[in-house]
Amino acid sequence: MKALMFGWEFPPHILGGLGTASYGLTRGMAEQEDLSITFVIPKPYGDEDQSFLKIIGACNVPVVWKEASYDEVERTLGGIMHPNEYYYYRDHIRYDYSRIGTNNIGCIEFSGRYPDNLLQEIDNYEAVAGVLAHSLEFDVIHSHDWLTYPAGIFAKQISGKPLVIHVHATDFDRSRGQVNPTVYSIEKRGMDIADHIICVSDLTRRTVIEKYHQDPRKVTTVHNAVDPIPNVEQFVKTPRKEKLVTFLGRITMQKGPEYFVEAAARVLQRTKNVRFVMAGSGDKMQAMIDLVAERGIADKVHFPGFLKGKQVTQMLADSDVYMMPSVSEPFGISPLEAMQVGTPSIISKQSGCAEILDHAIKTDYWDIDAMADAIYAIVEYPAIYQTLSKEGRDEVNRITWDKAGLKVRDIYNAVVYRD
Amino acid sequence: MKNICLYFEVHIPYALKRYRFFEIGNDHYYYDDFATEDRVRYLAEKSFLPANKILLELIQSSGKAFNCAFSLSGAVIEQLEQYAPEVIDSFQELAATGQVEFLAEPYGHSMASIFDMDEFERQVNKHAAKIKELFGKKPTAFRNTDFIYSDEIGEKVASMGYKTILMEGAKHILGWRSPNYVYQHAYVPKLNLLARNFVMSNHVTFEFSNTSWSEYPLTADKFVDWIAASPQGEDIFNIWMGYETFGAVQKDYSGIFDFLRALPRIALEKGVGFVTPSNLSNYQPVAALTAPYPLSWQGEEKDLSAMLGNPLQEEAVAKLYSVTERVNLCQEKNLKRDWLHLQSADYFRYMSFKNAWGSSFESPYDAFINYMNILSDFLLRVEAEYPTSIENEELNELLKTINDQEKMIAQLEKELKAAKKKKKEA
Repeated sequence: MKALMFGWEFPPHILGGLGTASYGLTRGMAEQEDLSITFVIPKPYGDEDQSFLKIIGACNVPVVWKEASYDEVERTLGGIMHPNEYYYYRDHIRYDYSRIGTNNIGCIEFSGRYPDNLLQEIDNYEAVAGVLAHSLEFDVIHSHDWLTYPAGIFAKQISGKPLVIHVHATDFDRSRGQVNPTVYSIEKRGMDIADHIICVSDLTRRTVIEKYHQDPRKVTTVHNAVDPIPNVEQFVKTPRKEKLVTFLGRITMQKGPEYFVEAAARVLQRTKNVRFVMAGSGDKMQAMIDLVAERGIADKVHFPGFLKGKQVTQMLADSDVYMMPSVSEPFGISPLEAMQVGTPSIISKQSGCAEILDHAIKTDYWDIDAMADAIYAIVEYPAIYQTLSKEGRDEVNRITWDKAGLKVRDIYNAVVYRD
Repeated sequence: MKNICLYFEVHIPYALKRYRFFEIGNDHYYYDDFATEDRVRYLAEKSFLPANKILLELIQSSGKAFNCAFSLSGAVIEQLEQYAPEVIDSFQELAATGQVEFLAEPYGHSMASIFDMDEFERQVNKHAAKIKELFGKKPTAFRNTDFIYSDEIGEKVASMGYKTILMEGAKHILGWRSPNYVYQHAYVPKLNLLARNFVMSNHVTFEFSNTSWSEYPLTADKFVDWIAASPQGEDIFNIWMGYETFGAVQKDYSGIFDFLRALPRIALEKGVGFVTPSNLSNYQPVAALTAPYPLSWQGEEKDLSAMLGNPLQEEAVAKLYSVTERVNLCQEKNLKRDWLHLQSADYFRYMSFKNAWGSSFESPYDAFINYMNILSDFLLRVEAEYPTSIENEELNELLKTINDQEKMIAQLEKELKAAKKKKKEA
């Protein structure tokens, strides 16, 4: 079976959890020998791991027929795509996209990020999908998140192949209910036209059914998994006298940073042997710094800023408690990463990952007392730290992407062979 | 002749209240009285009272051919006295027939037999005294919390004068043997061992209303026929279960009370009699059973792993029993009361990843956190009474001096008087 996937991010150049999940899922699905995946992203950098799938950069696919010499094409593509492949796509241009600004070889520039003209970039991506749908052979289309739904829909309309969309988040999660009507309409249209909808948690599945009015029969949960951390044993805890409690992620309304600070204030009333770290950045950062000062705990709460790659893993390994008090989290991969390095996690019940974890402490995001209680217990009672650390590590090591891949495959089979 | 030995455990753990860490040192009350009362009233009305009524009728109508045994934990006695005294009255009515035996057990439904034999003995004595006070007869048969049993515990119980002890008919102890015989202790021959027939007991407790069970529906006829059809020599059928089986685990509408009502009549018709554990104290045992490691009736494994199987449980229980001696030096009434309540094995089972049934906590971790917060406060109170900076022996000496001071003064005064008298005479 051949799958054509539309994504927005792919490691190593990622901006959020979407890239990580796309990579993990495709990697897990590649275990199935009779399945080949073509993964389209707006802008590849050439250093992506293509050992198990083929990556096509939308920025290298021509949408407007322009006369270009082999040398010119080769130079412009910069080695990321072979010129012959370019010419093959150019032969399959069926529509006139000259209204879109293109470069010397008829390709569109993509930022591959989340720029201000995001909607325009989504439209352009749809145009590229049209060319690809005419050029390639595939059995099923798989779109990751709302940015790529229009591309998936277009490919379905051209090819007549079934469309599966993968909901990694909805606008209800990002906005605490204050949805953007444009985003909502793109999401809704994608879901309406899709043959099947995959959600990353039951929480998201409920949102899709209730807020987007989808038929429950075509909505399935496939929980995310987590990739093993390479050389995990090198991340060990630096010995220190004080205990470390960490929040790590975007400091935005969705992530519930204020509950972390309030819980910290409660814990510090009782025990002085703890420090709190709020790593990351975001629009609520200044407000949090102010709140920390207001509570009089500025000497105990630290803001190291945005961490990257190995710094993140080391920070998690150094922590005694990892906290994710998200108000609404479709899945939330970070507690699983913390648990991989043996750090106990406290997560909100409003997180998708709470559905598959037993060896993490779960509280309501607003229940500051329960959170504070859990932090206090983990830093004061050694047995609960040790148990969460060991059992948690064992538990996440059993959550693997190949199992998730098989569930996605079942869905492919159902939509492809439904007649 | 084949006999059924019916025994019912009556126990309700105190509901612990949500106790956050910032209350440690401030709040010394650990119980959710509302939840406890609710539970006690529910069980009293749905289970204990109707079941007691039926048992009383059965005893009266069978011309004393029917009998059975109970054990009531210290916790449940106190709760019933407070919230449902009519249940105590109805147990007393049963006791007055002379056909109902009450067994001894550790007062606090505790695992003291594993950690501290002195504490264990104190609790058993306290419980036996309470049973004597309520029901007028000192128990002669013993059953440990959750049927915890080992050779060592058996030896201790025998040394306290008990002649019969109840244990789980665990496969790893019985081996090829049947539970339907009387056995004896590995090296204290005067102690008889009775083994629970957990297969038949569980048919009643867990499968009675299970429509997917191959033997559904379970009738008294069927149940007695199984017993009657057992191989010759298998004479004792130890059908033991929690009393809440009637009316709570198996609801009224399942017909469980009719089963209970019918069982004795049908058994007696088919020549199957009834015995209580003490009736079997002079019964000739067929063999000795060895149990080097403790077993219990909990979980699949029938060992202690339900209560002591993970590091959470181990830490909690170790912290609790680290202050046994100190608490027993204390005189403060509330402290001693809490000490007994906090030992209840249920609280440790709630921390189990496999056997936390009946827990009101969301997870074993939640149960652990709450218990440890309470225990931390309790330990602070013990510490305030007797600081850990003083060694136990030293403390003992000091206490002895304090406790004996009256006596000492009296004695010295006497001596003084005598000396004065002597002087006068001289």
